[in-house]
Amino acid sequence: MSFFAVLPKYLPDLAHGLWLTIALTLIAAALGFLLSVPLVLALLYTKGIPRMLARLFITLVRGTPLLVQLFFIYYGIPALGIRIQPFNAALIGFILNSAAYQAEYLKGGFMAISSEQMEAAYSIGLSKWQAVRVVIFPQAFRFAIPALSNEIIYLVKYTSVAYVIQVPELLSQAKFFASDTFFHLQIYFLIGVVYLLLIWVVSKLSDMLEHKLHIPGFDIAHLR
Amino acid sequence: MPLVRIENISKSFGKNRVLDGITFDIEPGAVKVIIGPSGTGKSTLLRCINMLAPPDSGKIWLQDTEITAPHTDLIKIRQKIGMVFQHFALFKHLRAVDNVALGLHRVKKMNRSDAYEKAKQNLQKVGMQDHGDKYPAQLSGGQQQRVGIARALAMDPLLMLFDEPTSALDPELIGEVLMVMQKLALEGMTMVCVTHEMGFAKSVANEIIFMEGGHILEASPPAEMFNNPRNERTRSFLHKINELYGESK
Ligand SMILES: Nc1ncnc2c1ncn2[C@@H]1O[C@H](COP(=O)(O)OP(=O)(O)OP(=O)(O)O)[C@@H](O)[C@H]1O
Ligand SMILES: [Mg+2]
Repeated sequence: MSFFAVLPKYLPDLAHGLWLTIALTLIAAALGFLLSVPLVLALLYTKGIPRMLARLFITLVRGTPLLVQLFFIYYGIPALGIRIQPFNAALIGFILNSAAYQAEYLKGGFMAISSEQMEAAYSIGLSKWQAVRVVIFPQAFRFAIPALSNEIIYLVKYTSVAYVIQVPELLSQAKFFASDTFFHLQIYFLIGVVYLLLIWVVSKLSDMLEHKLHIPGFDIAHLR
Repeated sequence: MPLVRIENISKSFGKNRVLDGITFDIEPGAVKVIIGPSGTGKSTLLRCINMLAPPDSGKIWLQDTEITAPHTDLIKIRQKIGMVFQHFALFKHLRAVDNVALGLHRVKKMNRSDAYEKAKQNLQKVGMQDHGDKYPAQLSGGQQQRVGIARALAMDPLLMLFDEPTSALDPELIGEVLMVMQKLALEGMTMVCVTHEMGFAKSVANEIIFMEGGHILEASPPAEMFNNPRNERTRSFLHKINELYGESK
């Protein structure tokens, strides 16, 4: 039997795997972003405990391998007597991991903004948090879009690591397929192409977002 | 009663004593020009007056409020003190009109349409009514600075602070900004300007303050300062300015 003769039988499983990959990526990117905002604000605009906690969290996430983090959650949480599905364990891991990296990328955006912007905001009577919200953040976010979209591209690829904690995402399904049918080369080539397509879509979407939010003065002028 | 009283303020950054016992009053309607060598604390002094850089010691009153007192509502105070920055400091992600309307909407809590109406009136005051929809990057330096002035004016301040408002501008753009400032002065706005535009100082200032090393070395009306500087340092500084910026008109 040829590769293309056996493929249809496995397509539903592969499609399900693809769906899990997409779901992991999107949820981790979105919730990771929501978490990254308070993280970066705590890091840059608070003192004492909130800042310390944010820094500790980011250091832990960036300082340990993703696999270790996933194992820690997957095997650690049940040790506390709480049952957890592989997918949910992976999701928690990716959300937390991505939050730390997105916070770092946002921080880069904040650093690109001159301190005069904050002074000007204060000078018309805005409070600190108002100034951060309406003056600093919108600018920092624009500067961070390229790095943030890079993070989503990494996420698409990193989700494949979830197969080691039994999440039946795209790579796992490809492995099942390969061990059943021995079409190793073909299936890994195929899912390689699928990952490539996913990443192409992400970078198109990020270009569109950048275009939609484009404001004169925020482009990298020397490239245009 | 003076509008602002500055009483013996000092400020250090680390070991660097930038302001060392500055005292002066600002009467309502007064236009004061501060001059002095680079690094003398002129910007720091302005930033003390609106508490962007609170002094370490000494007191500042705005009318009958001591703004240096702990727990002063700085948000209220800063609305009454407009500031214009050397590098304009417009909010770069907002159009000119949004820059002016922001404080009206967010700080003065005016509703959106009133805020924009008032923002447009203030752009008109500085001759920028046709450029409200442009982003800062689409404006020349002179135009950006006029929007910066409109942004401060829109809050109806009692006092305007200008920190070298023209020193980042190409020579041909300086005039349009000075003209706006001159008009403001004629309308009776109280102003404190750090500037080395001596033509402007001569024609509109009531008093020129010469600062050096964190002290006020001499403060007098322009005619006296230019014709008969009492202090040797003032004399040589004015001489240098004349060489740099040309004899003031
Ligand atoms: N935030 C700060 N932290 C540390 N040092 C500062 C700070 N702001 C100002 N300084 C220092 O204080 C001194 C006075 O600065 P300031 O900007 O007030 O001078 P200036 O008279 O406005 O000078 P210039 O004509 O160059 O604008 C300088 O030595 C400067 O390096
Ligand atoms: Mg200065």
